Amino acid sequence: MTGVERPRLYPARMRPRDVMRVGAVGLRTRPLRAFLSALGIAIGIAAMVGVVGLSSSSGAELDRQLSALGTNLLTLSSGSTLTGEAAQMPVDAEAMIERIGPVEAVSSIGKVPEAKVYRSEQIPEAQTGGLNTYAARLDLPATVGATLRSGTWLNAATERYPAAVIGADAAQRLGIGAAGPDTQIVVGGVRFTVVGVLEPVALATDLDAGVLVGWPVAEERLGFDGHPTTLYTRSEEAKLESVRQVLAGTANPEAPNEVDVSRPSDALAAKKATSEAFTNLLLGVGAVALLVGGVGVANTMVISVLERRAEIGLRRSLGATRGQIRTQFLAESLLLSAMGGAGGILLGSGVTMGYALYSGWPSVVPAWATVGGLAATLAIGAVAGLYPAVRASRLSPTEALSTP
Amino acid sequence: MTHPMIALTDVSRTYPGGVAALKSVSLRIDHGELVAIVGPSGSGKSTMLNVVGTLDRPSSGTIRIDGYDVSELSDNQLSALRATTIGFVFQSFHLAAKVPALDNVADGLVYTGLSRAERRRRAAAALKRVGLEHRMDHEPHELSGGERQRVAIARAVAGDPPLLLADEPTGALDSVSGTGVMELLHELNAAGTTIVIITHDREIAASLPRQVRMRDGEIISDSAREPEPVESGVT
Repeated sequence: MTGVERPRLYPARMRPRDVMRVGAVGLRTRPLRAFLSALGIAIGIAAMVGVVGLSSSSGAELDRQLSALGTNLLTLSSGSTLTGEAAQMPVDAEAMIERIGPVEAVSSIGKVPEAKVYRSEQIPEAQTGGLNTYAARLDLPATVGATLRSGTWLNAATERYPAAVIGADAAQRLGIGAAGPDTQIVVGGVRFTVVGVLEPVALATDLDAGVLVGWPVAEERLGFDGHPTTLYTRSEEAKLESVRQVLAGTANPEAPNEVDVSRPSDALAAKKATSEAFTNLLLGVGAVALLVGGVGVANTMVISVLERRAEIGLRRSLGATRGQIRTQFLAESLLLSAMGGAGGILLGSGVTMGYALYSGWPSVVPAWATVGGLAATLAIGAVAGLYPAVRASRLSPTEALSTP
Repeated sequence: MTHPMIALTDVSRTYPGGVAALKSVSLRIDHGELVAIVGPSGSGKSTMLNVVGTLDRPSSGTIRIDGYDVSELSDNQLSALRATTIGFVFQSFHLAAKVPALDNVADGLVYTGLSRAERRRRAAAALKRVGLEHRMDHEPHELSGGERQRVAIARAVAGDPPLLLADEPTGALDSVSGTGVMELLHELNAAGTTIVIITHDREIAASLPRQVRMRDGEIISDSAREPEPVESGVT
């Protein structure tokens, strides 16, 4: 009887679907606990996806703005003299710049420092509201990309009369909702009719707090000296750098150092870089939340193994190998965190879409954030589940069965 | 049969700390037998069940189950042996809560490699065999104690193992349910399954064809080898 040859024994492989089914046992029997520990993961992933989504969406919005506004706008403003006084640009600076070959358009404004702006004559003189009055050329909106929220831009007729177009901030500070023949403000002691209100101008933010009046009327009624203070130029994109180098010398040949040349789209790009740095910080916060979620999953799994010793013993008696017990608890941990991850991605994308919709941005959730988020949750699930799973598989079947 | 179902030769099991639960036990059980292993608590009968069921390894001696030398098998191979050859019935049933009887039985076959449809088909057949075809969709808390033990027995025999090990199968049941479960075990044995029942109940032991009595880790009598000693006669 001792020499009987018996066929070799092999444990049967479990089918992937059965692995999933067995792994889901713990989640089915304790749904609330599964939900809560998945929630921890979900919050972490939602935070990360939301942060990435919002920053990508605002970045996409900025890109859209830049491509709509163009990056070929160069701005010249009068700086200060060597002795520190405010410098003045020549009256014919505009005409000289127009002669530079690659320059496609040029326009200018001139600050009228003495002309204070008030809603009516009743306002005390000290309460200027921080608004500036500018004399503006008729081609200004086309050059800087300004659009009107209400009313019309100045034209050849209205630029000679007390008519004003006000910036978006100025409208808010003055309490003016829309332009109209009855809407009047007081500029430098003269009543001006508000014929137009601008939308915020992204590439020339000075105009937002400005009151724009015609060049002739400024000279005649407000004591404007005719010197432009800021020039706006559009040039061929390819020759922008060479134009930039000659601009100051062309505008003010006698004192090129008194002219500051800048590219407003650079400022927008810088804003984007700043917001990216902030995004990285928030991503770090999201990662911490995710880590805490992972600790929650590990905790749940350890408790689950302790509670289900009898089940583990039963499964061993039914023929489960150590590896199959390990796989079961690893699968449970992975399912738990995958559920949390999927929920978090939905939540984060939902928040992004909602906020983007609310702000009128294009809503963008990058694929790498979604894939990366899922990969992160699976990695966390594997790490969190590994120790409890190994512990469960090392449990001796008799010991497990003797627990009631 | 060319080999016995169970063959224990000089099997000892000593727990850390020096407690000897089995002391050089030899036992042979052939295919088709229905055997009671009876003894008071602490007699070593549970350890006997564990080593026979390959859940525990002996400290010394050899165990052959269905011809396989247990000491030569790896942990994985022992698992395979349990999956194909041994069915377990426990005193406390060990049924999964909130899972219908059919799935409780079918899930017991998950480590045999059968498809889910086949597992459910065999589970239904096993439940029919234990007389519970009208309770397949009931969850454990909707069943009586006797019915729960029948479900557990159905799970143990669903894979058609040649050996069934039952640890106090009637210990948690009233006498009527207990009698029903014992009748079922007799029927299964009549159909060819080798059954070993661990019990401390002499009445139940006496109702079986063969009794192996244990005390202090040793076999003190075996009704198959010698006539029943007069002084330890059954009630």
